[in-house]
Amino acid sequence: MLGTGLLVFREVLEAALIVSIVCAATRGVPHRGRWVSFGIAAGVIGAILVAFFADAISQAVSGIGQELFNATVLLAAVVMIAWHAIWMSSHGRELATQMKSVGGDVQSGKRPLSALLIVVAIAVLREGSEIVLFLYGQAASGAGPLAIAGGIGIGIVCGVLVGFLLYFGLLGIPMRYFFSATNWLMLLLAAGLASQAAGFLIQADVLPAFGNRVWDSSALLSNGSLVGKTLHTLIGYDAQPAGMQLLFYAVTAVAIAVGMKVWGGVKTSPSRVARPHAHAS
Amino acid sequence: MRTIIISVTDKGIKNVMLRWILLIALMSFAAAAQALEYEAKLAIRDHKFDPAELSVPANTKIKLLVENQDATPEEFESSDLNREKVVVGKGTITVLLGPLDAGKYHFFGDFHQETAQGDLIVK
Repeated sequence: MLGTGLLVFREVLEAALIVSIVCAATRGVPHRGRWVSFGIAAGVIGAILVAFFADAISQAVSGIGQELFNATVLLAAVVMIAWHAIWMSSHGRELATQMKSVGGDVQSGKRPLSALLIVVAIAVLREGSEIVLFLYGQAASGAGPLAIAGGIGIGIVCGVLVGFLLYFGLLGIPMRYFFSATNWLMLLLAAGLASQAAGFLIQADVLPAFGNRVWDSSALLSNGSLVGKTLHTLIGYDAQPAGMQLLFYAVTAVAIAVGMKVWGGVKTSPSRVARPHAHAS
Repeated sequence: MRTIIISVTDKGIKNVMLRWILLIALMSFAAAAQALEYEAKLAIRDHKFDPAELSVPANTKIKLLVENQDATPEEFESSDLNREKVVVGKGTITVLLGPLDAGKYHFFGDFHQETAQGDLIVK
């Protein structure tokens, strides 16, 4: 039961961390609970479908279907996060001001919440499909229903607990900095996901590695450790990254940062004062 | 050799073009040389790798076929090799590797880590 619980926990943890950041980033948005729940539900259904078609996906595109599938959904999540982060950087300040004055009653306007729904769904789908495959294996090799149910229970409860810890920790950030903090977290999250996508494209031999491992910090902090895994999800930590992964990471981070500056008028930009804010009401 | 002589004597755009052609030819030759693949096989049986130590040549592209003889799914995973791929019960996956430097690369089965452990010996 504990072994099952541990694996379920590791997978749930990754999804829970991403969902927590999304929840923090959508603080104060009406009905955001519904959006996030839809995302989780869609992710669970997707996970079951992906697990069910695992063999077909694997065999597709002469054996590299699994890699292409993973890279595609990861890059889709990157685009969705980038879109939202850039949108938020241009509207976040008003949101923070409105939240202070009107007490959380914020007009969400045309905020791209559907983008974040997709991010949540993808996170749950990716980790969930591994859980489904693993549990299917456990069941097929004769583990009792009690052991499996117990394992799922332990894993989900512990994983979700860590997610809540992160969420409430983030809520401690002062309102003045809150949305720029969550925005930077989203930027790092997207860069990490892009690096993972590059990893799958290298694995598929679609992209060159540009150096199989540029550095090796696994003695310091291994990918398999709890902290390593957490940082892997949050900021894309990799103990042995390939050069192409670093390139994807840097390009994504810079592209989103530039996008936030150009369209958002984030801090430091001197032209910010002169720019009229259409939404400031 | 002849092309080099021409490129030295010729001038301007023609010179640049010839240099590029030479470079591309060299690169495609290098790519062709690199494309030589070494095929290796690995089986998963009773949630263990067979062989648990697999030797492959260094500086060569490797096509690793992982055959899961168990009825349950497994995930071939390695942070040393930066690889992660699900292999369903009774299924076979292809894992493309390298060219790799000489050394020892650890891999494991994510779903049965207590037994499914192995090393790739590159020499």
